[in-house]
Amino acid sequence: MEARTTTTLLYLSGVTVSFDGFRALNNLSLAVEPGEMRAIIGPNGAGKTTMMDVVTGKTRPDNGDVFFAGSHDLTKLDEAEIAMLGIGRKFQKPTVFEMHSVADNLLLALQNDRRPRATVRWRDTPDEIARIDRILDTIRLTTERERPAGSLAHGQKQWLEIGMLLAQEPKLLLVDEPVAGMTDAETRQTAELLKEINRDKTVIVVEHDMTFVRELGVKVTCLHEGSAIAEGTIDQVSANERVIEVYLGR
Amino acid sequence: MLEAKSIDLHYGAAQALRGVSLRAALGEVTCVLGRNGVGKTSLLRALVGQHPVSSGTVEWEDADITKLKPYERARRGIAYVPQGREIFPLLTVEENLKTGFAPLRRAERDIPDDVFSLFPVLKDMLHRRGGDLSGGQQQQLAIGRALVMRPRLLLLDEPTEGIQPSIIKDIGRAITYLRSLGEIAIVLVEQYFDFARDLGDRFAVMDRGSVVYSCTKVEMDEIALRRAISL
Repeated sequence: MEARTTTTLLYLSGVTVSFDGFRALNNLSLAVEPGEMRAIIGPNGAGKTTMMDVVTGKTRPDNGDVFFAGSHDLTKLDEAEIAMLGIGRKFQKPTVFEMHSVADNLLLALQNDRRPRATVRWRDTPDEIARIDRILDTIRLTTERERPAGSLAHGQKQWLEIGMLLAQEPKLLLVDEPVAGMTDAETRQTAELLKEINRDKTVIVVEHDMTFVRELGVKVTCLHEGSAIAEGTIDQVSANERVIEVYLGR
Repeated sequence: MLEAKSIDLHYGAAQALRGVSLRAALGEVTCVLGRNGVGKTSLLRALVGQHPVSSGTVEWEDADITKLKPYERARRGIAYVPQGREIFPLLTVEENLKTGFAPLRRAERDIPDDVFSLFPVLKDMLHRRGGDLSGGQQQQLAIGRALVMRPRLLLLDEPTEGIQPSIIKDIGRAITYLRSLGEIAIVLVEQYFDFARDLGDRFAVMDRGSVVYSCTKVEMDEIALRRAISL
């Protein structure tokens, strides 16, 4: 396949993934523009996680094209190469280093030269400290900087992990169910946080929480049985007959 | 009567249930509806004791069972048909059914005829391995296994998920029959709206870990109920 020249940041076309005869993705097409934030919804088994697995190189599609930033064919790259290209993923369950401070967690995640020599000779630089300060400010954890990550509230842990994602300086963030288990206040703040991040990064967020999706106020794609069945504002999607049927289990 | 009062449940620091209350009476089907990820399965886990509650109480037959272990609750007649069935794939159908003997006294350890009259296919396949059954047959086996322990409270988690229509009908008939005995309280967690609407006596719709709408069959306003479930 020749390289594409398109302005689309993430382009999936006709992607199919089967496991033991079960089609997790069925001719899925999706295009996300640079600077966009997209919410992905859908019932259990709709293919949301498999879609993220394909984008991050964890699963290889049987068929279809997956391109990043126009020219990178993600179906040919491994997980590490895709991460280096600038695609960061946050899984549903927070996985921070509980024993370490908030700042050290971010330091570990910073985009840096990680070769042995550089790592052994490492010293913190004013530039690194400034980068961590900026991230702490974004994720609202400036005052928690020296606290062990394990002692943070659930919502704060999720924000710290989003911060660790930001520290990798990705162009595209994939965020899986960030508000599951959060309080109402935390959910609202997470929507604000993602909107701020979206000012200079492209974001794809998978969520079940419709209050949250409404709060985001962005374009929504509803997946079902591995295909996109509706796309538009949350009001358009929730009024879509097919979407209603799917959520009523028909 | 089952009565759950103001249940909170956490996974680590993440809160999955917030002040959920639910009642289920003998001879009635109580449906718990809602989209994925709203807390339906967590509620069942709290009722069977698979996960401890952070606050609130579960009362069953006028006793507080909040702190009881799952096997102690099974001895009190609480049976659970989990989502995804969780039958033993390497045991035969008969052996799978006999795992339901665990909470019973020795004299009660036989497979009731009802199991085979409701699901004749289990009789035909008695010596096949559970893992060789189709998804729908496995679902019938999981319900059969629960019935072996002669439950007075039967908790079903999405029994129609991924099941072919003819078997969904069989399962619906089985639930209707069990309800008609008047001796079993049935809690049915479902995402298949029409199935639940046709069987339910009471409905509770969950969203974000709370019950956001509830009604009885008589007061049911289908439009409002559907709206509570949709986006």
